[in-house]
Amino acid sequence: MNTSTTMSLSRRKFLVASGATGAGLAIGVYPSGKAVADNHLDEVNAWVVINPDESVVIRIARSEMGQGTLTGLAQMVAEELECDWDNVGWEYPTPRENLARDRVWKNYATGGSRGIRESHQYVREGGAAARMMLIEAAAARWSAAPEDCSVSKGVISHKASGKTLTYGQVAADAAKLAPPLEVKLKDPSEWTVIGQPKMRLDTVSKLDGSQLYGSDINLPGMLNAAIKAVPVFGGKLKSFDADAANKMPGVKGVVQVGNNAVAVVADTWWRANKALKAVDIEWDLGDGARLNQAEIVERLDEGLTADTKLVGNQAGDVKAGLEGASKVVEATYSYPFLNHACMEPMNATAKWTEDFCEVWCPTQNGEAAHAGAAEAAGLPLEKVEVYKQLLGGGFGRRGAPDYVAQAVLIAKQFPGTPIKLLWSREEDMLQGFFHPITKARVVGGLNDDGDLESLHLRISGQSILAGILPQALQNGVDFATFQALLPEGDHSISYSVPNLLVDHAMRNTHIRPGFWRGVNVNPNAIYMECFIDEAAHAAGKDPLAFRRGLMQDNPLGWAVLSAAAERAGWADREANGKHMGLAVCHAFGSYVAACAEVSVNDSGAIKIDRIVAATDPGYCVNPQQTEAQVEGSFVYGLSALLYGECTVTDGKIDQENFDTFPSMRMAHMPEVETIVMPSGGFWGGVGEPTIAVAAPAVLNAIFAATGKRLRDVPIKHSDIDLA
Amino acid sequence: MSKLNINGETVELEFDPDTPLLWVLREQAGLTGTKYGCGIAQCGACTVHIDGQPVRSCVYPASAIQPAQKIVTVEGLSEDISHPVQQAWAELDVPQCGFCQSGMIMAASALLDRVPQPTDEDINAAMTNICRCGTLQRVRRGVHRAAEIKAQGSQGESA
Repeated sequence: MNTSTTMSLSRRKFLVASGATGAGLAIGVYPSGKAVADNHLDEVNAWVVINPDESVVIRIARSEMGQGTLTGLAQMVAEELECDWDNVGWEYPTPRENLARDRVWKNYATGGSRGIRESHQYVREGGAAARMMLIEAAAARWSAAPEDCSVSKGVISHKASGKTLTYGQVAADAAKLAPPLEVKLKDPSEWTVIGQPKMRLDTVSKLDGSQLYGSDINLPGMLNAAIKAVPVFGGKLKSFDADAANKMPGVKGVVQVGNNAVAVVADTWWRANKALKAVDIEWDLGDGARLNQAEIVERLDEGLTADTKLVGNQAGDVKAGLEGASKVVEATYSYPFLNHACMEPMNATAKWTEDFCEVWCPTQNGEAAHAGAAEAAGLPLEKVEVYKQLLGGGFGRRGAPDYVAQAVLIAKQFPGTPIKLLWSREEDMLQGFFHPITKARVVGGLNDDGDLESLHLRISGQSILAGILPQALQNGVDFATFQALLPEGDHSISYSVPNLLVDHAMRNTHIRPGFWRGVNVNPNAIYMECFIDEAAHAAGKDPLAFRRGLMQDNPLGWAVLSAAAERAGWADREANGKHMGLAVCHAFGSYVAACAEVSVNDSGAIKIDRIVAATDPGYCVNPQQTEAQVEGSFVYGLSALLYGECTVTDGKIDQENFDTFPSMRMAHMPEVETIVMPSGGFWGGVGEPTIAVAAPAVLNAIFAATGKRLRDVPIKHSDIDLA
Repeated sequence: MSKLNINGETVELEFDPDTPLLWVLREQAGLTGTKYGCGIAQCGACTVHIDGQPVRSCVYPASAIQPAQKIVTVEGLSEDISHPVQQAWAELDVPQCGFCQSGMIMAASALLDRVPQPTDEDINAAMTNICRCGTLQRVRRGVHRAAEIKAQGSQGESA
């Protein structure tokens, strides 16, 4: 392990230094705005560039934000390309170039755990087509038939003559060939790169500070901007007095941004941000300023029993079923607003002239950033270039281009001067796209045998789509609200209940909602999995056995759940004095489950000791990165469960930094054991689904340990302390 | 102009007296490996060493640092990514987005200088950095692995 690591480290360093990776390309090596791939006219095809030194550059359209998609996508191209993995580097083609080439790289959006599962087919085909062209080029040199040639690790051999040529030697020839009309992909049984725990392509530069993020951009003549937008959504800028700020050292200007923000531009960001505090701003806070947390909760409470026609899943007759039940179980749960709190605050750097606009930014959606920048620039898409940077966290926040547009609007007021806009943490906390607030009332009916025959799950609360994507509503229904509770698809319900009703009382607020890693599966898995645990106890049944009875039609869900339970020692937990809780769900196309183990100390404080998590993503591209995502999911999911929440006072979010919006630290991190169990035949995501089972598994374990049902997130408001 | 000793070199830099060390490093010294995450010493992304001690540079006024004090940033931890913590981090593929990792690495290296074989409790106490991607489990393993690498290295030196 040691030796190979050292070797690959030095190789990676070489690839970085020689410019074979894209890390350096997108940060201003081509400040003219010339698109990256224009410099590689010898590309074999859109996905693959091979240099004479044998370095292989794989083009990646989706964004890397820590989730490992970059490496996974490169593995998929490399699998079919048959190149030497040790020679692989990468680069981001720009969205402008994608547009110019009829979207040859297709969708740039990176969210919904779709990076790999949505593009596996065409990226593999890209690698396979390049391989066929490289072989054809070699065969032509030998006047041989391509089918008489083979390739291994980038070396093409002619069987009859024993001659060999490398990819680097024939790449220029291959670039001139027409692409094959048909490509055949390998059978999964033939994979040698997909499914392997390859080390990430982007690790080394993250170990010595050399990785540049958007907030690290430094261009010649660049100025820095700090911004303050109206702290209540829907409000506007009324006026501002910048006299004091303008006199402060380094300040170059104080400008209005759109209709709701003020920015200070200075030589350094520290000075800009300091001067921003000296700007006297008058806001029109708007109607939202009348709303407080208690009233939002009241609205949600009203929705728990109100009439609604927004139905997500329905079977049998739930009303009659509940009326005829031997035993009725009822519980109400809640889930708060949450900020994504990416470690790197929002930022973008823009340089605007009348003829062209360049933007350097971290974004989960290069094409959305491109469109947002163009609109702000007042220029056609062809005259705007976006250089994507690696993200210091995304989690759904960086799919929106609001901060990109702001940077352009500021730069427009300083033509020809690059402006780097960086949000303070406080700005980042207030100007989020928040995890929607919801509550749920769940009512279940048990028959004489203790089987769950009827279930009504009512969600009351905010709709993401109504807030930011109203065109995606279907007859007024936001089906994303019902993630993991739907009758079929990538977010299907785990259980078969004869009489079922899952519905939604939409109760929106002025707080801007957004897609927060795991999205609506986070609350929904609590509502379903904690209730199932309550129902099992009401029925006097073991929670695992109780679920099994409801999962006859969900063999893959049962497989992950039983695998997690078995590894955790569920069957012997009582004999061993262990307190455990279970959760399972089907989300983002994958089947995931968790078994959490919680202990109670002498003073009654609880500790989450261990989690066993099982994941079936269908095909697993990189098991060690899948494990990393599963481990990380417990940090993100349990941070929300234990202490995360954003609350509203006078229309404004109360939490402005990590002192009031804590995130899990080492002392509370349980030991996570991951079982990756790909069953094949489908492609599921891994970045998000496990987050949803983190909280309910722990809540159910807390009940096992303490007898207390905690139904409101975060649990810091309960009488349970964390050890 | 003030003199600061950064990564073994004395440099003369001009900054306002209240400027935190973080911003002097990032905006005057051009060392952007040290990150801004919160500005209130909560997240640890800005961790550097001053005379071997881990310091949250976002709240540490640069003007309070004497020219003789040695500041080390992630760029100066080793010349070739060979510090035991960097080696361990590479071996275990610790970073995800990586934005917090400079601070994690600096906190870990300071811990190992003080406690060569840290227990989990030592790690919990010393490593209070925030990572939103959730690398905490691999960070813990990384610290233990770095301790092993460091121990092997020092055995090699004494042999």
